[in-house]
Amino acid sequence: MSEALTPETVRKVARLARIQLTEADVDRFTRQLGQVLGYVEMLSELNTDGVEPLAHPLEIENVLREDEPTPSLSREAALSNSPKSDGKYFLVPQILDAG
Amino acid sequence: MPTITRQLHQSLLSGAVTSTALVQRCLNQIAARDGQVKAFLQIDADNALAQAAAIDARRQSGQSAGRFAGLPVGLKDNICVMGATATCGSRILENFISPYDSHVAERLKAEGAVLLGRTNLDEFAMGSSCENSAFAVTRNPWDLERAPGGSSGGSAAAVSAGMLPLSLGSDTGGSIRQPAALCGIVGMKPTYGRVSRYGLVAYASSLDQIGPFAGDVYGAALIMEAIAGHDRRDSTSVNLPVPSYTQTVDQPLAGLKIGVAREHFVEGLDPAVEQSVRAAIEVYRSLGATIIEVSLPRSRYCVAVYYMVASSEASSNLSRFDGVHYGHRSENHGNLAEMYAASRAEGFGDEVKRRIMLGTYALSAGYYDAYYKKALQVRRLIREDFDAAFQSVDLILSPVTPSSAFKIGELTSDPLAMYLQDIYTLSANLAGIPGLSIPCGYSPSGLPIGLQLLGPHFSEDRLLRAARMYESVTDWHSRRPAIAVD
Repeated sequence: MSEALTPETVRKVARLARIQLTEADVDRFTRQLGQVLGYVEMLSELNTDGVEPLAHPLEIENVLREDEPTPSLSREAALSNSPKSDGKYFLVPQILDAG
Repeated sequence: MPTITRQLHQSLLSGAVTSTALVQRCLNQIAARDGQVKAFLQIDADNALAQAAAIDARRQSGQSAGRFAGLPVGLKDNICVMGATATCGSRILENFISPYDSHVAERLKAEGAVLLGRTNLDEFAMGSSCENSAFAVTRNPWDLERAPGGSSGGSAAAVSAGMLPLSLGSDTGGSIRQPAALCGIVGMKPTYGRVSRYGLVAYASSLDQIGPFAGDVYGAALIMEAIAGHDRRDSTSVNLPVPSYTQTVDQPLAGLKIGVAREHFVEGLDPAVEQSVRAAIEVYRSLGATIIEVSLPRSRYCVAVYYMVASSEASSNLSRFDGVHYGHRSENHGNLAEMYAASRAEGFGDEVKRRIMLGTYALSAGYYDAYYKKALQVRRLIREDFDAAFQSVDLILSPVTPSSAFKIGELTSDPLAMYLQDIYTLSANLAGIPGLSIPCGYSPSGLPIGLQLLGPHFSEDRLLRAARMYESVTDWHSRRPAIAVD
């Protein structure tokens, strides 16, 4: 099922998860996540051929409602927790490099 | 302060006690003891007294004071109340103020409960000890050197320490039942879909449920009948009638068939816990129940399945914390992608980072089939084990935790050892079934021990009645830690 977890894989996963890591973080998480993944190995003992995955305990599907407008948060309330806003929009840093 | 909800509720309903007086007593106990226990992250005393005064005024003018009649309830700080914090125990939400009410907060307000304070938790409900909070380490009221359990440790400690009669927590893998057991009170995880998750900050959406803590079974029943029910804002909320749990809780169940699984009494279970749980089995036998051995052959896989499923869902849910719409934004960044990564690195603690990365790994190309899909297949087998067992029994009785409360710091450096604390509770979340924890004894050093009752989907009424049968012939629930005595 798996090979040993490497620092390179931890760096790649952190990049995918958008979490900046220090080298000390990489060392610690490589060891700790490796232990957890080693424990999870026990799942490979079980034969699950033909078993449908269970994503949801009650398996409710297609919950529909009328498509009617209802009151929702005001713009002011929606922006109230934003770290940076101009009162109309959420502001973000520059996306494209200059030049 | 009496922690027996039934008596407090009667006193409020009869007018012998006002909500204002009761809330003031809670505030006094919090002022006296919470410096040591640290159950609360925030208290707004003026706001709580104003809510109580309004309820008292309604009662005095002859109007209904509501189902709760002014009983105070504490909410875990991941359940939104408009105008209050919802830090989730995380730096990333340190300054977040909720712009709306959760479904459960709306229900409690409408039914005459006083919302008193925000209780501590492991960051984003990830943990079993309350040590992962960014703001405070909550202490177990029975022994301040020990953990109260988690993640809803603040809600459990507050009730146990006599600061509040009732509180709400959330349970994703045992986060209500385990702290209830370690703090010597009643806690219940409802069936998945029984209580709306609208306004609960999501950790693992297919496992999370909100539920009650109380000093007695009656209190848990009272909260359940107020918060259960359909809510169109949560598409997984189920549209089934809500029984009047407090009306039936005192009716014993005749011909009760209780299952005991051999897999629950294996190596790793503390002898004092085993002894107390086996004694509880004998209590049920003396009450006329039939005890039947059942098997849950896949239960040894539940920790592995849980950490794959919960971490995968968490990695997706927590991607919303990006420093844009709410929460912490790093000052140390260049472009947008760097801003995301720096904000999340500064805002999240280690356990949250571990689970996000574990989930990201399990969902990533090349590993998805081996980890995430495999875990979901075994999840079905675990649910099938319960379905089979409930063909022959009405409920299953087990320990809640492998041992009584552990010392603060004892397990923090070993995430896997901490995960194994939840070995008896996780499977209920995976299968979606309800579970209840009730005090059933004390260790030789005087620490509480819990008994878990598990039932089929939507059997809350049965679990509460069965728990009440036990409570009515035992007095474990009436013991309080020294710190609770005012």
